Amino acid sequence: MAEIIQDIQEQEYIINMGPQHPSTHGVLRLVLSLRGETVLSVQPHCGYIHRGIEKMCERLTYQQIIHLTDRLDYLSAHINNHAVCMAVETALGIEIPERVKYIRTIMDELARIASHQLWWCSFGMDLGALTAFFYGLRDREPILDIFEESTGGRLIQSYYTPGGLMKDIHPDFQKRVKDYIIYFRKKIGEYDQLLSGNVIMNQRTQGIGKLTKEEAISFGVTGPSGRGSGFECDVRKHRPYGMYGKVEFKEILRSEGDAFARYMVRMDEMRESLNIIEQLIDNIPAGDFTVKMKPVIKLPEGEYYQRVEAARGEFGVFISSKGEKYPYRIKLRSPNFSNLSALHTMANGQKIADLVAIGASLDYVIPDIDR
Amino acid sequence: MNNEQLTAKILSFEPSAEVKEGHQYLTATVASDKVHALAKNLRGSKDTNFDYLFCLTGMDYGDSLGVIYHLESTNLKHQLVIKTVCPDKEKPVLDTLCDIWRTTEFLEREVFDLFGINFNNHPDMRRIFLEEDWVGHPLRKDYSDNNIIVK
Repeated sequence: MAEIIQDIQEQEYIINMGPQHPSTHGVLRLVLSLRGETVLSVQPHCGYIHRGIEKMCERLTYQQIIHLTDRLDYLSAHINNHAVCMAVETALGIEIPERVKYIRTIMDELARIASHQLWWCSFGMDLGALTAFFYGLRDREPILDIFEESTGGRLIQSYYTPGGLMKDIHPDFQKRVKDYIIYFRKKIGEYDQLLSGNVIMNQRTQGIGKLTKEEAISFGVTGPSGRGSGFECDVRKHRPYGMYGKVEFKEILRSEGDAFARYMVRMDEMRESLNIIEQLIDNIPAGDFTVKMKPVIKLPEGEYYQRVEAARGEFGVFISSKGEKYPYRIKLRSPNFSNLSALHTMANGQKIADLVAIGASLDYVIPDIDR
Repeated sequence: MNNEQLTAKILSFEPSAEVKEGHQYLTATVASDKVHALAKNLRGSKDTNFDYLFCLTGMDYGDSLGVIYHLESTNLKHQLVIKTVCPDKEKPVLDTLCDIWRTTEFLEREVFDLFGINFNNHPDMRRIFLEEDWVGHPLRKDYSDNNIIVK
């Protein structure tokens, strides 16, 4: 027996984590090379749910593409659609009504809060704090109700369309959102009491999964994960779109670059999102919710790129058009794919249990990696 | 740096580059064997400092295959697009940029998987999404599969 233990401690061995492991949040397989409990290398194997969305888009009209970008990062469905719609609108040179910009920005921020709440749930659960899961889902539910009332969808809404919105917001929308801001401001304090200061959680995340600013930039790690390393990458701040140029909010930055920093960035971002919504919700101007569009959109020949800040980082849409009703080529720059490429650097030399904490702090959504 | 200064800088690094101002980004088209040297200069020079590659797109232009790089400088905030085309469609080869931007490690594997462009000196040139024994490269325009693609 002693010999076997000796062997395990000295020899390098390889195990599979996933594709059905709860902490990979989907079908992702990590091939780990270990010595004892120490991780020597991590090799992600992707593609279990590769659907070829980029290929499918080449045979779909621009209105139809919206329904596929929903299904990339399904927790930032609104935000992905925002990118596609803006790319098409800039290509056509359409000026969309102010009302649409307000509603889109509010919806984006609600989606970001809901996404971060679900991240918080699973973060707690990955580290063994099951209560967090119930608290987070409880507070996410009202946002899904607000979405359902106005858009008809709870998880994926397909609410934006090139030129505006599918339909106008529900008459109760503003009131419900304002009620929710008051409600969630109180509840987010509970999150901090429950998990942020928890000794076990702090010890399992502080100093774990370090990523320097230079590495974050080189790997293209964006979103809260990049900002946890001090990479100023908030597209909302640096390349404003929608109403972001007109509202005041802070870009949350931390310099530690560990799992705890990424945790704290997301916590503060939820508060900032509430501030953004608060500044906009009372001022939604009256007007049309869409401009009149032709049923078949043909983009002029050329190449168009649109960057937005999704809940997990920078999402980009590249459209190459030959003047037909279908795009010639669409490339979707997914934040999770780039974030995942830095996993090996973060986890190298850490313990296998820390890999779970690192994965939780990266908050990957597999359909966005695989596309 | 504004676009004129950037153009001058790019031409000083690579005189054969063709620099055009697009409606969104400044676009430099270079020969496939010159990309690595130009990228290294753009990344290394303090005036340009393109340290963030935010998108890498494989393209099938019909008669040839190519790659489009979207670059940004995080401190100087300027952006640039580099385009290149592989001369040989049968055996498309480019140089890897892994030593300059590490994000390309995965992105180039994706392009290899879906377009079949080989990247020289890449540390781990394998398919990333599809099975190792998959035949063909699905994002190419001439790819056909009667079972999966409905015409």
